[in-house]
Amino acid sequence: MDILGLSAVELGKKIKAKEISVTDATKAVLAQTASVEPHINSYVTIDEKGALAQAEEIQKKIDNGELVGPLAGVPAAVKDNMCIKGQLTTCGSKILSNFKPTYTAEAVLNLQKAGAVLIGKTNMDEFAMGSTTETSYYGPTMNPHNMRHVPGGSSGGSCAAVAAQECYYSLGSDTGGSIRQPSSFCGVVGMKPTYGTVSRYGLVAYGSSLDQIGPVTKNVTDCAAVLQTIASYDSKDSTSVKREDYDFMRALTEDVRGLRIGIPKDYFTEGLDREVADAIYAAAKVLKEQGAVVETFDLSLVQYAIPAYYVIASAEASSNLERFDGVKYGYRTAEYEGLHNMYKKTRSEGFGAEVKRRIMLGSFVLSSGYYDAYYLKALRTKALIKAAFDKAFESYDIILAPAAPTTAPELGKSLSDPMKMYLSDIYTVSVNLAGLPGISIPVGRAKNGLPIGMQMIGNSFQEKTLLRAAYTYECATGGCYEQPAHIPAADLAGKEA
Amino acid sequence: MANKISDETIDYVGILAKLELSAKEKEDAKADMEKMLDYIDTLNELDTSGIEPMSHVFPVNNVFREDVVTNGNQMKDTLANAPQRSGDSFKVPKTIG
Repeated sequence: MDILGLSAVELGKKIKAKEISVTDATKAVLAQTASVEPHINSYVTIDEKGALAQAEEIQKKIDNGELVGPLAGVPAAVKDNMCIKGQLTTCGSKILSNFKPTYTAEAVLNLQKAGAVLIGKTNMDEFAMGSTTETSYYGPTMNPHNMRHVPGGSSGGSCAAVAAQECYYSLGSDTGGSIRQPSSFCGVVGMKPTYGTVSRYGLVAYGSSLDQIGPVTKNVTDCAAVLQTIASYDSKDSTSVKREDYDFMRALTEDVRGLRIGIPKDYFTEGLDREVADAIYAAAKVLKEQGAVVETFDLSLVQYAIPAYYVIASAEASSNLERFDGVKYGYRTAEYEGLHNMYKKTRSEGFGAEVKRRIMLGSFVLSSGYYDAYYLKALRTKALIKAAFDKAFESYDIILAPAAPTTAPELGKSLSDPMKMYLSDIYTVSVNLAGLPGISIPVGRAKNGLPIGMQMIGNSFQEKTLLRAAYTYECATGGCYEQPAHIPAADLAGKEA
Repeated sequence: MANKISDETIDYVGILAKLELSAKEKEDAKADMEKMLDYIDTLNELDTSGIEPMSHVFPVNNVFREDVVTNGNQMKDTLANAPQRSGDSFKVPKTIG
């Protein structure tokens, strides 16, 4: 049996039916990581011993009826900015290279309660700042579909690990597109839920008003199952929202009749790759054939989302990252003279270039004299962007868009021009500013073989509408996830990356 | 409109950000920040007069609870992460002369 080719929910069923043991599934995933990791580098930490111990314990709980959920016994991975008690949590940074949290993030705890076998922590852009996973202190992650290309970012490790079958699903975090864009580049399904749906407790903060944890999966059914598992009201996160309905798997029905889908004309302008645009129009046609009403419209304000986002995200980052000072945890510089010199040297040695760039920009826009002109201006722009979405959702149930303007760029081509890299976030950042849910699903491949993703954006709390439309598309086209051509690893063994 | 970041400004930002920059890093940071601010200035095309700054998309209220310890004493685990410690304390350079 091709154990690794199964989806998370399929594996869960087979484990329940005793066709596969949790240990066998875990061993299969660990064997895959052993042969793929030298080439892909999805993980910062692989907890082989811990995973096998969890597998045994979870198997017992399944056998005695304690664990009955769809994900019980299914191996998963977690982005390295979510705390797991006693396990290295680096955020892709040197400054946290030795940090072992004393508690576990609520979303991860929810996975553990559901019987997830946690394989390890996935690679990411340092402190989730980047769009390629190349700013990680632990080296870049490669795109499993073409190892000369990036997997996207910042949740590049989480997406590459799912694509390369190094886990059945993973958790990512999305501040400006960090789940949706790498999902699109890696040919997997990724969702950023409505702000407040998944607890941020134990997620190392980047831009607190924008950050949200979400699932990365092989298909839409898995996406619903993982979202259902991790979403919860949590009094430890003061922005957590108590939702009436957490039964996301009920949305998995094939029915988009009468669903109103709007395509923003202002997203399909210069800068968008022709092949990406064509793939999305083709996908829209599929939904239309299934009964959806598809129209184009003007969303407006599109060009202001990125400047507003970088002001707000950098401002919050500069404040959030003040805690890394070499006193209570993490890296401390070897030699220093006095406290302030210790702070400065520790941070200067511990942070990478992109993180420093954003901390500086954030400190500047928050400084007296510039606060009104930059920070408050950005917050006012955010209000206008939210209003533009509110208006769009009066006419449409879903806004259909690209997840990124191109397929995955080549390794080494993005970091030299940060501005250009920031501009590639154009279709995703406004969703975070407005707190909306968004999903990226694979809708085809470009001529170069790299996957293309389509983003669907819903109104606040309308994840079910997104899941229903995504599921209908998936059923109509016969499935989204395709195993990368160069994986399984047997093809790779012994070759240089 | 081209923004110009002076040496004084970049030094001041370095103090706020608690970062020590080499001469080259300083020049790079100036160029990066000028470019970003030029771009951010496109926001000035928007008339935002009368628009309230929106910090959160949903109404956020303070969440109060009784101040009761629920996670027990985690001193040992917490101190295990300390770069330097002295007994049951974090050790830092002398701060008061």
